[in-house]
Amino acid sequence: MANTPDTFPKILIENATKFADKAAIREKDFGIWQTWSWSMMRDEIFALANGMAAMGFKRGDKIAIVGRNRPRLYWSMCAAQCLGGIPVPVYQDSVADEIQYVLEHSEVRFVIAEDQEQVDKMLEIFDRCPNMEQIIYDDFRGLGDYDKGNLTNFVDVQKQGRQYAKENPDYLLQEINKGTGADVGIFLYTSGTTGKPKGVVMTNDNIIITCRNSIEFDKLTADEDIVSYLPMAWVGDHIFSYGQAYLTGFCVNCPESEETVASDLREIGPTYYFAPPRVFENILTSVTIRMQDASKTKQKMFNYFMGVAKKVGVAKLDGKPVSGKENFLYWLGNILVYAPLKNTMGFSRIRLAYTAGEAIGPEIFDFFRSLGINIKQLYGQTEAAVFITMQPDGEIYADTVGVPAIGVEVKVNDDGEVIYRGPGVFHSYYKNEASTRETKNDEGWVLTGDAGYFAENGHLKIIDRAKDVGKYNDGSMFAPKYIENKLKFYPDIKEVVAIGDQKDYCTAFINIDLEAVGNWAERNNVPYASYQELAGDERVYKMIQDSIEQVNKDLSTDTLMSNSQINRFLILHKELDPDDGELTRTGKVRRRIVNEKYEVLINALYDGSKDCYINTEVAFEDGRKGSIEATLKIVDVKTYPPAVALKEAS
Amino acid sequence: MSEERKAGDTILEVKDISLSFGGVKAITDVSFDIKQGEVRAIIGPNGAGKSSMLNVISGFYHPQKGEVWFDGKKRGPMKPYQVARQGVSRTFQNIALFKGMSTLDNLMTGRITQMNTNIFWQAIWKGPAEREEIAHRERVEHIIDFLGIQAIRKTPVGRLPYGMQKRVELGRALAAEAKLLLLDEPMAGMNLEEKEDMSRFILDVNDEFGTTVTLIEHDIGVVMDLSDRIVVLDYGCKLADGTPDVVRNDQAVIDAYLGVSHDK
Repeated sequence: MANTPDTFPKILIENATKFADKAAIREKDFGIWQTWSWSMMRDEIFALANGMAAMGFKRGDKIAIVGRNRPRLYWSMCAAQCLGGIPVPVYQDSVADEIQYVLEHSEVRFVIAEDQEQVDKMLEIFDRCPNMEQIIYDDFRGLGDYDKGNLTNFVDVQKQGRQYAKENPDYLLQEINKGTGADVGIFLYTSGTTGKPKGVVMTNDNIIITCRNSIEFDKLTADEDIVSYLPMAWVGDHIFSYGQAYLTGFCVNCPESEETVASDLREIGPTYYFAPPRVFENILTSVTIRMQDASKTKQKMFNYFMGVAKKVGVAKLDGKPVSGKENFLYWLGNILVYAPLKNTMGFSRIRLAYTAGEAIGPEIFDFFRSLGINIKQLYGQTEAAVFITMQPDGEIYADTVGVPAIGVEVKVNDDGEVIYRGPGVFHSYYKNEASTRETKNDEGWVLTGDAGYFAENGHLKIIDRAKDVGKYNDGSMFAPKYIENKLKFYPDIKEVVAIGDQKDYCTAFINIDLEAVGNWAERNNVPYASYQELAGDERVYKMIQDSIEQVNKDLSTDTLMSNSQINRFLILHKELDPDDGELTRTGKVRRRIVNEKYEVLINALYDGSKDCYINTEVAFEDGRKGSIEATLKIVDVKTYPPAVALKEAS
Repeated sequence: MSEERKAGDTILEVKDISLSFGGVKAITDVSFDIKQGEVRAIIGPNGAGKSSMLNVISGFYHPQKGEVWFDGKKRGPMKPYQVARQGVSRTFQNIALFKGMSTLDNLMTGRITQMNTNIFWQAIWKGPAEREEIAHRERVEHIIDFLGIQAIRKTPVGRLPYGMQKRVELGRALAAEAKLLLLDEPMAGMNLEEKEDMSRFILDVNDEFGTTVTLIEHDIGVVMDLSDRIVVLDYGCKLADGTPDVVRNDQAVIDAYLGVSHDK
């Protein structure tokens, strides 16, 4: 294996010969899918790298990448690596202050920004980031009369690069050959569930070996097509749209714009797909809504065949035997319902889909699997270059996250926390020795921060974030995520925050799903002017209450969780929002902040009051601040005695 | 930044225009000019004759008196489509799109003045007509990209929210590749965010394509920020003409907008 390339630029050179004319990356632009083959992509990247060299980009320099998934931004990652530099992708919807922290901390000298919006943010923080020197922009629109002192057009950098390559024909190849697998390949900043984001330093080996192992695990080939639409700053996108794409040679498709992802997905029909549970939830919600608007016949047909799918689909996918009649019904259902449905969702060609990041509701999981979509869960972290455990074909369970990935060792330590060690384990947190030592010990074992255990079949089961798992006053376990996921299956409920640590019983904040509930309101002539008004409507409260009672009934049969039935709840007057710091940029709840901000409401949930007044500060998209005030109703919910569970258990 | 932009030669000039409908005098002896590459605003209270002025420029109305000079030539009586062919395109106060057609098709109608193949070639389709269609489609796709309306390319316009329809209408006017773009209340009925977007587009159109823009708008904040020069009309007469600063401090304008006490 001595000759296996150990950096991405070396892999690029190899691919450019091996797959010369095969599509490497596509982007829909001007209504047409524009394609670059591997050899074209190499030329583009080399021109850019030479241009950056001409501008003074040196080994060890960092370049921030801010923008949505576009070929040029992906190229800039490899171009930086060609010169021994380090790309630092940044969440593009972050406000300037958030970006400033990352850019300052990582000491970037160069920035590549997608468009005017991002350039504006960069210019705003330019003076506060002492290391920042050059901004390269992709889309020139609106930048006509900007001061061009440190702004350069992407194409001009490439033009400069082609000139530079003529004058220094060997420079780039020499630089590429200097690179090794042990070099730092990329900084990936965590989304910061608990505080300031941390810069995870990854070596080329971390990414490349992990990708190779995961490709082997799920037998990915050069024929896959993926649609890359998740933030480039997120480790998952780096692995799927960059690492695995380079290592297998498959094609990455960039959507035309953020709003067109759904229709672009349908046009491409990816064979390999990745989405956090939230995306699958949203798809299911929109399917449910649209079926409610469909004609009676269609509804009947849909319900009947979804029933068939539930019984037969999952078994078929797992390779278990099904009867001839069931087989026939599933075949018929596929013609009438499943195939058209999959086509609308863009899942017609899908061979493998992953979900990770958070636990997925079993009902949502089964819905997609019953349609014949091979969706699998995986458990991963930025610090592990994603893969810790994966689900092998035929052994897919909704409540476990699978067996250790190839090359990874996983254990549960004495505190009940999941720990792992493997080739993907990160090098360090950038400029944060203390955190590095806290997370990773000398033998290379990394603490995940998640509580879990191995089930009898050898699959890992994650209970919750170890930090989030608490105890009720009577000593029984409180695992918020578990309760929240059960509720989030209901299309009307978008987000839930369960409260119960060091309390007598469980309560919850609810965010309704504006799309789903709004649609219901329209059909039932319920007038509303805003989210707040709809959220406060009595009938909406009643609907949510019914869903919660259903969940309580469910929980009462679970010996471990029967204590976690929700006693009281309220519907929040605003949606939890990353701009207000309540969610991370990847959409996870920041419990500490929510608990602090809504302390009044939490107190009201436990002092028996019927309503509660609150005034909340909110941030608008352009950074301005405002406030919303409301008096929220608090509703008691029926709980069920755990007797049923005991009886069933005995 | 509007001060820095340099204005070029006069592209359009109206001289002593008077227009009346029967006994109603809509415009009385109004003259002003529009220079190449500037953003020119026409403002005034309701019924001041702003839209009538725009209709005169675009050839919908024929004034009883006065002259319109476009591109250095005096314009004789013309049909609106002839004016459009000369390079003047416009949007309307109350959106005038083909509601049942998609965004894309609506924009393609903006290209009609530029299409040359005759009915024979159109019927055969293969060859010149097809090539022409592709060329025009490409042009339209650039406009779609420019306005960021990719997601509604195939959506029937009637289903779009109001702000989006306004944007499509601007797109159609742009598709005509006009030298002079007339916008009749491009921001009426929009919320703040939509107004900001629309302002951005108007500036970008002016910046990137060098298109001269003339607009009517009631939102004074927007007008002051966007335009290089403003002409103020009231009861069909010209009250003031000049840069935003000049107009802002003009006593006649202040009186017209805020009213004056009668006992003065």
